[in-house]
Amino acid sequence: MKRLISGLPLLAAVIFGGFFLWGLNPDRDPNEIPSVLISQPAPEFGLDPVPGLETPGLSQSDLVGNERPVVVNVFASWCVPCRAEHAVLTRFMEREGIRLFGINYKDKPEDAVKWLNDLGNPYERIGSDLSGRTGIEWGLSGVPETFIVDGDGTVLFRYVGPVVGPDAVERFTEALTQAGALPNVAES
Amino acid sequence: MRQLIFAFCIGVLPFAANAVEPDEMLTDPVLEQRAREISKDLRCVVCQNQDIDSSNAGVARDLRLLVRERLVTGDSDAEVIAYIRARYGDYVLLKPPLEPATYALWFAPIAFVLIGVFVGGGVLMSRRKQEAFEDLGAEDENTVSEILRQNEAGDAS
Repeated sequence: MKRLISGLPLLAAVIFGGFFLWGLNPDRDPNEIPSVLISQPAPEFGLDPVPGLETPGLSQSDLVGNERPVVVNVFASWCVPCRAEHAVLTRFMEREGIRLFGINYKDKPEDAVKWLNDLGNPYERIGSDLSGRTGIEWGLSGVPETFIVDGDGTVLFRYVGPVVGPDAVERFTEALTQAGALPNVAES
Repeated sequence: MRQLIFAFCIGVLPFAANAVEPDEMLTDPVLEQRAREISKDLRCVVCQNQDIDSSNAGVARDLRLLVRERLVTGDSDAEVIAYIRARYGDYVLLKPPLEPATYALWFAPIAFVLIGVFVGGGVLMSRRKQEAFEDLGAEDENTVSEILRQNEAGDAS
């Protein structure tokens, strides 16, 4: 009994030390929010196109019945990281052949049109979410956020923040490959 | 002095200001009160541990408006919270729900107190037992009774 009790402080130190070690891990992001959408069907939504753009709007039915997974990117012209991410997504679209859908989040249509005219428009469809209500349906915490949605409309992957930089691109590519959203890879 | 008071007011006012803006508020004071109470239990997803009632973040404002909209359509408090929880998960609740995954969170404090009581009690009890007199050996018993007998004899004389 005495030996058991004398071991308790050590045990407590080990448990607390373990927690500290876990907390010190630089890869741990306390701001990371677990998404409830993963493995769930994409939320119900229907968005009109951005006025002034020829790109059609986006709704939930566009995400169902696709041959292969699609990428849904939430962006805005006022979002600075989106600008950097735009180049990455455009490259993914042109080189890897992903299908890219956009949700234009709380953006003035004229700003969005100008932004896309300046940078190019890699999106197949763009829905204009002026009120931000569709963003809530997706459990959005900010822009940009990027989702991979399976052909049957199931959300497979969520990336919070811009897909910019080697680590992010690697993680995203891995997710795309796993989802089978890269036709060029599948063929080779 | 007057300047000092003015400076103090200027300094403090921004902190006293509320995040809930007048255009968000409902005209029905009962519903508004319920909305405020619900908002205090919902976490702003882009802030560190702040409820949406006191946050100025855009998403927090959207969620406040959503809460009010649901209340106006006749949802109960629980239904409103369930609606938002379905989209943002348990993370959005400032008070974690009681379910198997959170048993450790809820019951660990009680368990630790109980462990403390038992261990502490055990230590105290064992110490008390050590202090208790043990039976004297046969030889000591004889010596003691001999002394007692002599004392009694002495008293009698």
